[in-house]
Amino acid sequence: MPQYETVIGLEVHVELKTRAKIFCDSTTEFGGAPNTHVCPVCLGLPGVLPVVNKKVVEYAIRAALALNCKIARFSKFDRKNYYYPDMPKNYQISQHDLPIAKHGYLKIDTENGAKKIGITRLHMEEDSGKLVHQGTITASPFSLVDYNRAGVPLIEVVSEPDLRSPEEARQYMEKLRAIILYTGISDCKMEEGSLRCDANISVRPVGTDGFGTKAEIKNLNSFKALQRSLNFEIERQIKTLEAGGRIIQETRTWDEGKGETLSLRSKEHAHDYRYLPDPDLVPLLIDRQWVEDICGSLPELPDHRRERYIKEYGLPDYDAAILTNTKELADYFEDCVKVCPNPKAVSNWIMGDFTRLLNLHGLEITECKITPQNLASLLGLIEQGTISGKIAKTVFAEMFAGGTDAETIVKEKGLVQISDKGAVIAIVEEVLVTNPGPVADFRAGRERALGFLVGRVMKATQGKANPELVNKLLREKL
Amino acid sequence: MITKKDIEHVALLSRLELTGPEKDMYTRQLNDILNHFQFLARLDTENVQPTAHVLPLQNVFREDWVGRHISREDALANCPDREENYFKVPKIV
Ligand SMILES: [Zn+2]
Repeated sequence: MPQYETVIGLEVHVELKTRAKIFCDSTTEFGGAPNTHVCPVCLGLPGVLPVVNKKVVEYAIRAALALNCKIARFSKFDRKNYYYPDMPKNYQISQHDLPIAKHGYLKIDTENGAKKIGITRLHMEEDSGKLVHQGTITASPFSLVDYNRAGVPLIEVVSEPDLRSPEEARQYMEKLRAIILYTGISDCKMEEGSLRCDANISVRPVGTDGFGTKAEIKNLNSFKALQRSLNFEIERQIKTLEAGGRIIQETRTWDEGKGETLSLRSKEHAHDYRYLPDPDLVPLLIDRQWVEDICGSLPELPDHRRERYIKEYGLPDYDAAILTNTKELADYFEDCVKVCPNPKAVSNWIMGDFTRLLNLHGLEITECKITPQNLASLLGLIEQGTISGKIAKTVFAEMFAGGTDAETIVKEKGLVQISDKGAVIAIVEEVLVTNPGPVADFRAGRERALGFLVGRVMKATQGKANPELVNKLLREKL
Repeated sequence: MITKKDIEHVALLSRLELTGPEKDMYTRQLNDILNHFQFLARLDTENVQPTAHVLPLQNVFREDWVGRHISREDALANCPDREENYFKVPKIV
């Protein structure tokens, strides 16, 4: 049996965070009673004239620049014709042969270092309406249609078939999401459908160059669904080939419940879209100055920031990658570093207890009560030896819950570390007397017994004794 | 050259039901039209930019402002069938 290699390309739809729809002034607000966020344009009534929302073009250029694409000087909109009631016009306005941007890339991390994944094109289009079925889709003879989402602006980002595993596909998707979030053009919520993904996947024997026949998987609305469906599909395709079968080029859908992809065989010629330039919309001639202005307004993007953290703050690449994953986290880190001289300590706290508590409470970093100044003073207290690292965790949890500053908590709760030799020595002596067993063990050469004794002293002082001092005194006494 | 099969294909895509004589008629008529374009194709267009739009206009934009929506009753006024506040259509899968 030959070894197989997987070839994956992703088509990602990103909903743009504009106020109004792409070709009319209806709201893009999520939710709303059915068919209330509509007007004659997005309902496709006769005689209406769509006009493109300038913000949509600006956002598309913004995303394209962040993804290292070349912006087309000349671009236009086309009609993609198909008969399906999710669009009232029987066509979707999209961009076919002259998209707004082409030839970009983004970088993902692999075992063999950074890998560039090509981006073929990026174009603008309108979202479709939503079909609702009463009962199961198979049982109901009707579809109910809500056009609130029809005409909400999207960009579609099409990757090159450069991805070689479901893991790489997930990484690409996560990186794309991180970059888009940095640009601020979308909230990228997969659960609300503002980030969606279709995957093209094929397999081929290792060492060959041509592509196998691909299947397109639709309806991937989570990172988990993306990875699981690709894993399933690889196995299905290899099994089919090994059994002497052929892969059919087709669209498949991911069934989360069954954990498998299913064929969506349609009777008609699904891909005969008969694109034609939309005569209602005039072409776009993108001004270089406009592109430069947008470029100048982009924030520092994750890759650049990550490299700077390594150089400027001496952080390991691992830390730098995690801290720069979202703009909010990176901004917070930098605010802390401005008031705290030890970037690695800040990084450890943010990646450790901080992230743990945020996840536990389902909070975003922007909702957190600990100010950078407060975190810095907590680290100061540890550095000066006022509190032990262990006590600091308690103080931190307190700060997280109440937003009080570290000094106040330490003072009010009497958590100041006991570094006074006289105060500790009495407790050390008492512990030695009450634990003759471990004392004998230690004297017999069992080092581990010391840890037990240290623990006893710490317990007796409610964790406040300076651990180094305790260690030192115990050794002296023993 | 357009065949009757092409006509059937396009009719299917456009959801048109055509009779036998209609298919013959459209096959002939569409071929006539394409023949006319063959005639136009004889022109030398070496230095002519492909036309993306018939008007000499670019960059007609609207600002990102939300305007008035039409009422739900107006939105649903023309639909042949409705259920509550939805358009009701035959299921297509
Ligand atoms: Zn509208």
